[in-house]
Amino acid sequence: MNIIVCVKEIPDPETPASAFAIDEAAMRAIPAKDTPPVISPFDEQAVEAALRLKDSLGAKVTVLSMGASSAEKVLKHTLSMGADEAFLLSDSSFENSDSTSAAYTLAQAIKKVGEYDMIICGRQAGDFDSGQVGSGIAEMLGIPSVTVAKKIETLDGKAKVERVLPDGYEVVEVSLPALITVSNELGEPRYATLKGIMAAAKKTVPVWNAAEIGADVASIGTEGRKTKMLKLFIPVRESKCEFIEGENEEETAVKLAQKLREVKLI
Amino acid sequence: MAEGKGVLIVGEMANGNLAAMTTELLGIGRKLADDLGEELSAVLMGGEVGGMAEEAIKFGADKVYVIESPLLKEYVTDSYVAAMAKLCEEIKPNILLMGQTSMGRDLAPRLAFRLGTGLTTDCLELSIDPDTKLMLQTKPVYGGNALSIVVCEVTRPQMATIRPKSMDPLERNDSRKGEIVAYDAGLDESAIRVKFIEKVEEEVVGVKLEDADVVVVGGRGMGGPEPFAQLEELAKLLGGAVGASRPPCDSGWVPTTWQVGLTGKMVTPTLYIGVALSGASQHLAGCSGSKTMVAINKDPEANIFKVCQFGIVGDFKKVLPPFIDKVKELKKG
Repeated sequence: MNIIVCVKEIPDPETPASAFAIDEAAMRAIPAKDTPPVISPFDEQAVEAALRLKDSLGAKVTVLSMGASSAEKVLKHTLSMGADEAFLLSDSSFENSDSTSAAYTLAQAIKKVGEYDMIICGRQAGDFDSGQVGSGIAEMLGIPSVTVAKKIETLDGKAKVERVLPDGYEVVEVSLPALITVSNELGEPRYATLKGIMAAAKKTVPVWNAAEIGADVASIGTEGRKTKMLKLFIPVRESKCEFIEGENEEETAVKLAQKLREVKLI
Repeated sequence: MAEGKGVLIVGEMANGNLAAMTTELLGIGRKLADDLGEELSAVLMGGEVGGMAEEAIKFGADKVYVIESPLLKEYVTDSYVAAMAKLCEEIKPNILLMGQTSMGRDLAPRLAFRLGTGLTTDCLELSIDPDTKLMLQTKPVYGGNALSIVVCEVTRPQMATIRPKSMDPLERNDSRKGEIVAYDAGLDESAIRVKFIEKVEEEVVGVKLEDADVVVVGGRGMGGPEPFAQLEELAKLLGGAVGASRPPCDSGWVPTTWQVGLTGKMVTPTLYIGVALSGASQHLAGCSGSKTMVAINKDPEANIFKVCQFGIVGDFKKVLPPFIDKVKELKKG
């Protein structure tokens, strides 16, 4: 079985808000100095989902990422987890993509990879939380999609998928090839082993540009956007924190309870 | 620019009635339609949903499309996308809104790509720009650290999904009149590639985190599983639910299903109480929609104090017991 996983490099979502800054003119986040970017958490779980299928029935796992040259690190991480090969889609014309141009670019690269039975993505990227690219790739490739999976099994050219619902889950069956997005309920991704890290170090990550994936320039990056961002900003919090103070913890605690009563929250 | 007229919202049912989310969609949809001087329509899809059409009119719709089919009994991507695509190609709405619900998260992206238009998910605010008449779509990004304002200039419909509880429904008005249209989506069973097998409901003890009006959350500073008993007592007292930030879940102190945050549950309570947690953006992404936030933390510099309305700098072990006692007393009084 051939599985393709799409991953994204994002600013570390564990970055403290105090270290987070925006370049409003360029409408992008300013990378925090001390916290390097990471693989989007749901995408790491997408890799985990693929590797579980590889463990149980054997599969070749190919990982794709569209991003800056720094995203090679993220791809190396997936190789050290156990993925077989990885490709970086990097070209200045890919910059400033929205969900539509990102899905198009990834779909083009998937066509170049060629054979696939399953494509796995994270349910949403941990920076813009849009949750559109997976479904978009499926639509562009003309294959079915199943979103927010917590478990994937395959049999007889089909996949049986457990989809997370607010009050439980549902089981659906989908014909392959299909695109599946995974949710955090899938469980913790594995750690890279020392052996995996050493094997990954020996592998190269080829870089594909727009021409190499046969991308139409009108469909990538800014040109391919369907949406336009007018503004990106850090909101000014209207309410400042009111610190409750007292002689001791007991007095403070009582004052807080009274305060919440006053504003009718208790 | 592609043509498009009218605002269309996609309704959902819950327990044999219109879902709360749908009344919220009708509320914001009505406002946008009035600002544009256009009509507000709703579409209801399912096995048998026509009985809800009058209800949608009472909450603000001018017109309700009812699409009934055995193939729509359960939500399945292929059939719902096909039905919506056919309706949209025929009535050509200017704006199409859905809830950021289990259905909306799946249906909206795939439909947007099929229609070849742009979508903004999880919006907190929508309005009409008085000059361009475009729908301004505000959504949180980077774990709620920032907001972005997005427009869809060229293609139609302008699509958005809306976070539950971020919009106000209208008062139900029994005298409102509207038109109900039975619509045949002409669904082809052979084109449905995803088959629904079964739904498994998981039992939840007490109030569900996502629905809770009060949420009490513990963080790394709790130090272990035992102190969470106090949070449970407080939550029970306030009729709420208990959650945790990521570290207590990762450390196995509490079940992972308790996690509130980007990779956990999204909560929107009236009252949030954060105990011994720093307020990483990962966590805030899941609770920034709370109406009032209260924090108890030893560190006055903790980020959580930058986003909460009331704070106590102190050791939760000393603050919580008298706080719980006082709440008990107030509840009795």
